[in-house]
Amino acid sequence: MRWMYHIGRYMRLLAKSFRKPEKFSVFKDLLVTELESIGLQSVGIVALLSIFMGAVICLQTAHQIGGWIPVYTIGFTVRQTMILEFSPTLIPVILAGKVGSNIASQIGTMRVTEQIDALDIMGVNSASYLILPKVVAGVFIVPFLVVLSMVLGVGAGAWIGVATGLSPLADFEYGMQVDFRVFDVVYALTKTVVFGFILTSVSAYHGYFAEGGALEVGKSSTKAVVWSVVIIMVSNLVLTQMLLN
Amino acid sequence: MIELQHLEKSFGDHHVLKDVSATFERGKVNFVIGRSGSGKSVMTKCTVGLIEPDQGRVFYDGRDFTSMSQKERKVIRQEIGMLFQGSALFDSMTVQENVEFPLRMFSDMSDAERRDRAAVCLERVELADASTRFPAECSGGMQKRVGIARAIAMNPKYLFCDEPNSGLDPQTAIVIDNLISDITAEYQITTVVVSHDMNSVMEASDTIHFVHQGSICWHGNREGLLEGGVKELEDFVFASDLMRKIRKTV
Repeated sequence: MRWMYHIGRYMRLLAKSFRKPEKFSVFKDLLVTELESIGLQSVGIVALLSIFMGAVICLQTAHQIGGWIPVYTIGFTVRQTMILEFSPTLIPVILAGKVGSNIASQIGTMRVTEQIDALDIMGVNSASYLILPKVVAGVFIVPFLVVLSMVLGVGAGAWIGVATGLSPLADFEYGMQVDFRVFDVVYALTKTVVFGFILTSVSAYHGYFAEGGALEVGKSSTKAVVWSVVIIMVSNLVLTQMLLN
Repeated sequence: MIELQHLEKSFGDHHVLKDVSATFERGKVNFVIGRSGSGKSVMTKCTVGLIEPDQGRVFYDGRDFTSMSQKERKVIRQEIGMLFQGSALFDSMTVQENVEFPLRMFSDMSDAERRDRAAVCLERVELADASTRFPAECSGGMQKRVGIARAIAMNPKYLFCDEPNSGLDPQTAIVIDNLISDITAEYQITTVVVSHDMNSVMEASDTIHFVHQGSICWHGNREGLLEGGVKELEDFVFASDLMRKIRKTV
């Protein structure tokens, strides 16, 4: 029954977080800071991983096709894999590690050093002040990172295909366009919005209720990453079933 | 004035506060003393609303804090300043930004007015030249003084200090004690200091409440403290050789 306690406490924290900010100008400044922290500072790792993922998918697909399977399948597979699964799921998982642990340790440190108590005593809604900007920034910026990942992944696939001679550019371009459905992108971005919410809010939850000292902050950071990834994976299954079937 | 009436608090089977009633007077430094684990911090947290008491009431100048909604409490909270044991300064902000923070959240001051008010508060704690530093770049004593500057930024009616001298050398501790006394008299604040530092008690206290095993078993002033009369109080106050010598000379 312990999990029910956590779900209840998580819901109550969200309800407390989604109250009107004390001052909109302060919220706006915090939001910009979080957009930079969650978004801009993650562009490098997202770009690096996406380029290598796209390139590897291209090489693996080329390795498996032959005979009656047309070469344009390489472009088709790279596009579908990046858009449907790799970018919208793996990028949030990676962000759960990078951003989630950062959020949990930042808020957890504030908890154990009584900074959150200081906010509460001043009359500031500490949950709203600390968590709302992070969640809004996550929901807003993670889809942009995922779109960037899709573009870079498919681009890298095309480049490696042409550079290695495994796929002429014309075939790759044709494969990229064949049977393209806009709904696939809508599905991917819908998932991404949900994952952005999960990775920021679950991490904030673990930080907000950290107790003890440095050791516990470290543990809460680890729990934040593990639970974010687990919940993202379960949500991925549920959303895919709901949206694609 | 702050009044506590019959506060009770338990954590599971552990009865931490037992029928605690006390009055903290305006314009005075009211000390709450007692051994570690006696319930002082829980009592303070119940008073400021960080912990909800199981029973009892807390009145701020006649206003029943315990029966208020969160929205109503917010008004009182803006009248409270608190100095934490570990200072609890926001480490991502400079000293100046820390002091400006409550003004930024709750006042309609312009940027220039906020800067001026923060400068006045920092001047009051003799830290005008440290405004651009981050808390990590300040010594323990400086952090406490920044904490005091932040606590008085909103002209509070009530000031709570949790172990204000912990981890400080005796000279710096006296500076902090004097600062708390001076500010209390200057702004006519109701100040509550939680401490087990007898030097501070003898230096800065106007009234003293002694907490033992979750109950206030004695209250009085410095002179009364040296007279003793209650065994638990005497065990606490005269635990050190220095205090026993002072008692003999008195």
